[in-house]
Amino acid sequence: MSAKIITVTSGKGGVGKTTAIASLGIALASLGEKVVCVDGDIGLRNLDVIMGLENRIVYDIVDVVEGRCRLRQAMIRDKRVPGLFLIPAAQTRDKNALSPSDMIRLGDELRPEVDWVLIDSPAGIERGFKNSIAAADRVLVLTNPEISAVRDADRVIGILEAEEKGSPELIINRVNYEMVQNGEMLSTEDVLDLLAIKLIGVVPEDKSVLVAANQGMPVSLDNDSRAGQAFRNIAMRLTGKEVPFMDLAEKDGFWDKFSKLAGGN
Amino acid sequence: MSLFKSVFNNEKKSAQSAKERLQLVLTHDRTDITPAQLEALKDELIEVISRHISIEPAAVNINVAREGREQRLVADIPLKVAQRRGK
Ligand SMILES: Nc1ncnc2c1ncn2[C@@H]1O[C@H](COP(=O)(O)OP(=O)(O)O)[C@@H](O)[C@H]1O
Ligand SMILES: [Mg+2]
Repeated sequence: MSAKIITVTSGKGGVGKTTAIASLGIALASLGEKVVCVDGDIGLRNLDVIMGLENRIVYDIVDVVEGRCRLRQAMIRDKRVPGLFLIPAAQTRDKNALSPSDMIRLGDELRPEVDWVLIDSPAGIERGFKNSIAAADRVLVLTNPEISAVRDADRVIGILEAEEKGSPELIINRVNYEMVQNGEMLSTEDVLDLLAIKLIGVVPEDKSVLVAANQGMPVSLDNDSRAGQAFRNIAMRLTGKEVPFMDLAEKDGFWDKFSKLAGGN
Repeated sequence: MSLFKSVFNNEKKSAQSAKERLQLVLTHDRTDITPAQLEALKDELIEVISRHISIEPAAVNINVAREGREQRLVADIPLKVAQRRGK
């Protein structure tokens, strides 16, 4: 095995990176791939709670890098889906506990173990971000259709290009179809026109994301969730399958609720 | 045109404002060229070009245009109407 290392980053905080990593991890593992999700947000550990694995942490990423445990000991197995692991962030250290070269070494150690390494980046464009992208083969920039998130995404894309990381791919998260229709939210086309990179996924705004987070069940485990479906689609695109972009007009509108009430689907 | 329609047409949707504002902000973020620098460049260009050909200084337009992720400096420099070879 030689894993592909994928980093999700955004510049702005709170746009959905951790949600995406957890969901993509579950979705890829459900496709039969072996996956390790790495929380790169040192000091602000979160991926563990979103994945529902917070009670099983013994060692963290800094323990691995500083040699206090072996790699396998820090890989927490997710019992819901075979082949899925988490390496948690250290909570009581800061971003300077790791360097980009530590991350490259960790990446090289992980490559033979799994098919995919998914790295959750912290917000910002400083050390934690640099650490998170250091080992990446592919970077996914995640944004919301919102003015400051798009601006920050553009900065990050500029830095990735300057560092010759290759052109990143774009995930647009939290698209509210009705608001786009009413001219109250940037559309997918608007964001693509502004950022001008390749699109890999569009995820609708969806209440089930918060419900899933409450329960520590990544939203891609929820078969009825539209956001979950969107993340499952992105996972398939990562593996090279061509999956059409979801029709955001479907389901979440009035007619859907109406047809559900009427007993339809 | 009815009053309703004209009001309706004049109303700019907020997403459109967001996009237009982002277009300007991103161009600036990406190039680091300030409007003042662009003005200074324009003045010097007019001076240099005028030494060789006569142009309409007031109509000169210098802009940073976006093309995908690339920015290009676009100069539009109209020549004076009476320009003739050999004067
Ligand atoms: N598609 C979505 N629909 C609704 N809420 C979302 C969506 N994606 C993310 N969220 C919410 O946004 C917040 C931030 O998400 P998170 O993944 O922690 O962002 P980040 O890791 O970028 O800081 C969380 O409350 C999460 O539930
Ligand atoms: Mg996060």
